[in-house]
Amino acid sequence: MRKNANLPALLLLFGLLLFWQAAAMGMDAAYILPSPTQILVRMWELRVPLLTAHLPATLLCTGIGLAISVVLGLLLAVLMDASPVAEKMLYPLIVASQTIPTTALAPLFVLWFGYTIWSKVLVTVLITFFPIAITVFDGFRSVQTDMIDMLKTFGAGRRAIFCKLKLPAALPYFFSAIKMAIPLSIIGAAIGEWLGAQSGLGYFSRRMMTQLDGAGVFAPIVLLSAVAMLAVAVVSWIEKKVLTWRGSL
Amino acid sequence: MGHGVERDGVTMLSFQDVSFRYDGDTSYVLDALSFHVAPGEFVSVIGPSGCGKSTIFRLVNQLLPRESGTICVGGLPIDGRRGYCGYMPQRDLLFPWRTVADNLRLPMEIQGGYSRAEMQARVEETLRHVGLAGWGDKRPDALSGGMRQRAAFARTLLTGSELLLLDEPFSALDFLTRITMQEWLLGQWERDHKTVLFITHDVEEAIFLSSRVLVVERTPIRQLRSFDVPAPYPRTRACLTRPDMLALRESLIALLRQEVTG
Repeated sequence: MRKNANLPALLLLFGLLLFWQAAAMGMDAAYILPSPTQILVRMWELRVPLLTAHLPATLLCTGIGLAISVVLGLLLAVLMDASPVAEKMLYPLIVASQTIPTTALAPLFVLWFGYTIWSKVLVTVLITFFPIAITVFDGFRSVQTDMIDMLKTFGAGRRAIFCKLKLPAALPYFFSAIKMAIPLSIIGAAIGEWLGAQSGLGYFSRRMMTQLDGAGVFAPIVLLSAVAMLAVAVVSWIEKKVLTWRGSL
Repeated sequence: MGHGVERDGVTMLSFQDVSFRYDGDTSYVLDALSFHVAPGEFVSVIGPSGCGKSTIFRLVNQLLPRESGTICVGGLPIDGRRGYCGYMPQRDLLFPWRTVADNLRLPMEIQGGYSRAEMQARVEETLRHVGLAGWGDKRPDALSGGMRQRAAFARTLLTGSELLLLDEPFSALDFLTRITMQEWLLGQWERDHKTVLFITHDVEEAIFLSSRVLVVERTPIRQLRSFDVPAPYPRTRACLTRPDMLALRESLIALLRQEVTG
């Protein structure tokens, strides 16, 4: 039944790819518009450097960045939940900061941290940290006050209310935040690498561009997308296992 | 039956000159209100919506701070105490991420001092007690509305408190489930001899269940008018057709209607 539900989307996707293939073959300028099959062939040719050098470099950036973001975001969300003063100070700033085009600041980080991994990690952290903090905090706030009241009548203090109620109630929000942050973190890492790096899929894509290798530009992008989809799918799978109750709130 | 022990000096719940108003409000919700509930009584509080019935509960369980006066539960002032009353809100508020049994364990987890085995045993016993044996490992969303309310009542019982505050617990249920739950609750009360304070806006529900009905006449609440319910326990729904019960019902409805129309 679920296969049937996805069928229209898959058909459209296949149609678009077909159209792309036809357009690219008609244009016959692979340095501008490589066809999907050319990209696949190029990916296969480049599999060794892509998979052994550049993918691990990007994943390392993404992983470190995401880990820092999750820790920082959770800390901030907990802090804002625990202290109204912290909330009043931080929440408006966090919301306002979402409007800053963080990626436009990326060159600055390259300036500060050079071609090391940390300029990329910083971009990743800045892109993903805010949505995680806000979403998880919204999760804490989603808790119904009458549930809090009920726990209070049982004699619960703040810690018990947090552990027994707010934490489990915010878990779906946490998973949403992670699923949102994964593609963002990969974008962040790739942009950082694009601007200045010695390895990574973003760096590789840029190098291929200087060589007018259209399919070579696309190959790492396809790989990045695939990795992002796979990661989100894994998180969704974990979410399903953990949040068996989701949707019944 | 032990329901005639009113006003013999021992009180389960007493309000002495209790006043309360919401922050920033000039008018009081409660103005020097005094009333008593004896141990083992089943007392209903009725009044129109928004009259402050629930405020009385929230003062008892200290979710709201009173401005002046004394509230005692079991003869002792409530100040600084915790877990002296079991509160059952209108909605069941079962946590969807916990199984029914885990929901019931919640009050004990919070009070602390119970081993896992002890909690398990008490939950099992209470589930049987409320007719939910075998449902412990289900999620709340697998239960019907009436079953959820029974689970919520079981959770209230597991606070271990002698005083139960039930805030319109059946008002969201359909009619047949509601009257079934009323009969069920009476059975529970006759067996447990807990003191029940029951908020409702349903006159028939109030007189069917309680030994005494307290009427909120107007806001600010200065006094609660007390009506003894004549029918003896154990009751069946047939008692509602007794002439004295019908007369009580009519006079309560007349009283409430007079308040609504001003």
